[in-house]
Amino acid sequence: MPWTDACATGDIDAEDLIRFDRGGATYAIYHGADGKFYATAGLCTHENVHLCDGLVLDFMIECPKHNGQFDYRTGEAKRAPVCVNLKTFPVKVEDNRVLIEVP
Amino acid sequence: MGKRDYSLFGADAKQAVESGLTAAEWYHSDLPRKTMKDLMARGDSPAIRDTLLLYGLMIAFAATGTALWPTWWSVPFWLAYGVLYGSASDSRWHECSHGTAFRTPWMNNAVYEIASFMIMRNSATWCWSHARHHSETYIVGRDPEIAVMRPPEMTKLMLNFFGIIDVIRFFPTLIQNALAGPTAAERTFVPQSEWAKVRRVAQVHLAIYAATLVLAVWAGSILPLMVIGLPRIYGAWHHVMTGLLQHGGLADNVIDHRLNSRTVLMNPVSRFIYWNMNYHVEHHMFPMVPYHALPRLHEAIKADLPAPNRSIAGAFREMWPALRRQLTYEDYFVKRDLPATAKPYREDFHQYVPGMTAPKAAE
Ligand code: FES
Repeated sequence: MPWTDACATGDIDAEDLIRFDRGGATYAIYHGADGKFYATAGLCTHENVHLCDGLVLDFMIECPKHNGQFDYRTGEAKRAPVCVNLKTFPVKVEDNRVLIEVP
Repeated sequence: MGKRDYSLFGADAKQAVESGLTAAEWYHSDLPRKTMKDLMARGDSPAIRDTLLLYGLMIAFAATGTALWPTWWSVPFWLAYGVLYGSASDSRWHECSHGTAFRTPWMNNAVYEIASFMIMRNSATWCWSHARHHSETYIVGRDPEIAVMRPPEMTKLMLNFFGIIDVIRFFPTLIQNALAGPTAAERTFVPQSEWAKVRRVAQVHLAIYAATLVLAVWAGSILPLMVIGLPRIYGAWHHVMTGLLQHGGLADNVIDHRLNSRTVLMNPVSRFIYWNMNYHVEHHMFPMVPYHALPRLHEAIKADLPAPNRSIAGAFREMWPALRRQLTYEDYFVKRDLPATAKPYREDFHQYVPGMTAPKAAE
């Protein structure tokens, strides 16, 4: 899969996320609690709500609709009502740009 | 629209799915991300303070009631204990089911389990029904938590001020859950992976009630039941009073919480018991915001909301005539005016609701 330039490192506050749309798909890109960047699918697996309006709590992303939680490093569903894991994507940082490897 | 069918398997449920109502995007007031993040921020301190106060008061009231038992002097203490057991548990159950009360997950879970027991709800079932209530608030046939159906059943509403209907329904379901897991209706919103948990929780609750009953029979006194079980009846009135106001008399089958939910300004004691859920439009619009930040959220978006009712009595004065009118005309609802600063209701969103294009709002 090709690397896609998604945003500048400064575009995402510490412990926050943004939405990134490309090719009809939507992704969430995180600036994690450890200072690293992560990427997951952009929609909650429970009811397809955009996670970008949610809350980053340490390494969790909490969905804005029913407060389901995922670990955004692994995509693992951590708190009901989410049961299905979130897809994750590789991320690298080059020259202060965040690149994600997505289809 | 004709007669409403509230069954989760009924014609209205089917129509809601087919019309796209269940998949529609709900209206949200605009707030800058930075403000939202600030409002959503979690902490343990407010809920620890409130929980220590709640449990401390419950222990003090129950101990004094027991010490004065069986004299009439014990009555005020049981009444106070009852409201905390049979009503404050509803708001604790609610906030902790969202996971927003505490930042620390085990604290949320512990208070959630205790509150679920006191309010007589299976903790493994009700978090799912509440998720549906948030996705499809007051969508007929889809929302399993519609407190006031149309036409309103006034006798049942009155009986529930004493928890009568809830308790009568609870025990057969509890036994069924303990023996076979969720009921058929519950299986429509509880995923199969949770069915065993529903059963386990029901068995624990049943065991506690059985032990309390055995103790009462052995002691030849209802005192153990005054502490466990009965307060769900004699202390239910406050959560029923506030709960009816959440959506009663307002629109159904809409996708704008400003039309189907009510914010009511209340006295501080009621707000402690109700854990700020009087800011109900705000809570439904932004369920990520913890209870202690709801007054700030209200200030931030009030220019986009109908004016709140100024008191519990004022809210009943708005709701009660609407419920009475729904006895003969089911499609009637109160449509509140928006301030000039608000984004208008999107009438095209709400064609499904009879009267929405030519509103029959309360005068
Ligand atoms: S839509 Fe994300 S938890 Fe329900």
